[in-house]
Amino acid sequence: MSGPSNSSMLTPRRRVAGLGSARSGTGHFWLQRVTALANVPLVLLSLAIIICVAGEDHGFVLEVLGNPVVAIILLLTLLSVVFHMRLGMQIVIEDYVHAEGCKVLCLIANTFFTVAVGCAGAFAILKISFGG
Amino acid sequence: MSDMAGAAQRPLSPHLQIYRPMLTMMMSIVHRITGVALYFGTALLVIWLVAVASTTKSFDAVNGLYGSWFGLIVLVGYSWALIHHLLGGLRHFVWDTGAGFGPEARELLAKLTIGGSIALTILLWIAIFLMKG
Repeated sequence: MSGPSNSSMLTPRRRVAGLGSARSGTGHFWLQRVTALANVPLVLLSLAIIICVAGEDHGFVLEVLGNPVVAIILLLTLLSVVFHMRLGMQIVIEDYVHAEGCKVLCLIANTFFTVAVGCAGAFAILKISFGG
Repeated sequence: MSDMAGAAQRPLSPHLQIYRPMLTMMMSIVHRITGVALYFGTALLVIWLVAVASTTKSFDAVNGLYGSWFGLIVLVGYSWALIHHLLGGLRHFVWDTGAGFGPEARELLAKLTIGGSIALTILLWIAIFLMKG
């Protein structure tokens, strides 16, 4: 039972899980990159939509944003962006906030903020689209 | 330092105050700052969306605020941060493939990021003013 594999600092259980010392593997990095990739076309399309309606009257804006294709693009953008935002801010907090209690509170605040922004935006888009 | 008897004499990892400022370092810092700015910028977009979904009065109020000279300065900054962070992200995709780490390549990528973001932001706002008067 004493092979080179037993020289690892990790227990066999940990080695099988393959998640490394941070205990969460590459999940954070991967979701950050996937949302980044999704953001590229979605943000550009949303920017074009917003420029199109910028400075126009309320009725016109409601009509354009109420279009299903426009609403779907904006919803997808918001979803991808808030996930990306939460991951990015999490890294910033972990890098600069060292006191454990403060760090945990900041991480919770980060979740609350991104969920609130995402839900408020999604609700607004759906309300505009459903013509409420 | 000599009174820290017993402490291992390991080399310390160099940090910001050790390094000479470099373009690639600056682009890394700016990427992070623009990311944090965009984090709060998304709230501006959602405030506008909620105003659109609310009454014409609230829509006009937010539109007036965003269309004021102060609002426009914020929006120009917002658009630059967005474009810069987007180009920085594309640069990271190049690096993810393992390419672009050489001395010339990484300097070129850094220059393209900052030059491209400024040029595209200027072009974007020229286009907006031409379209919207």
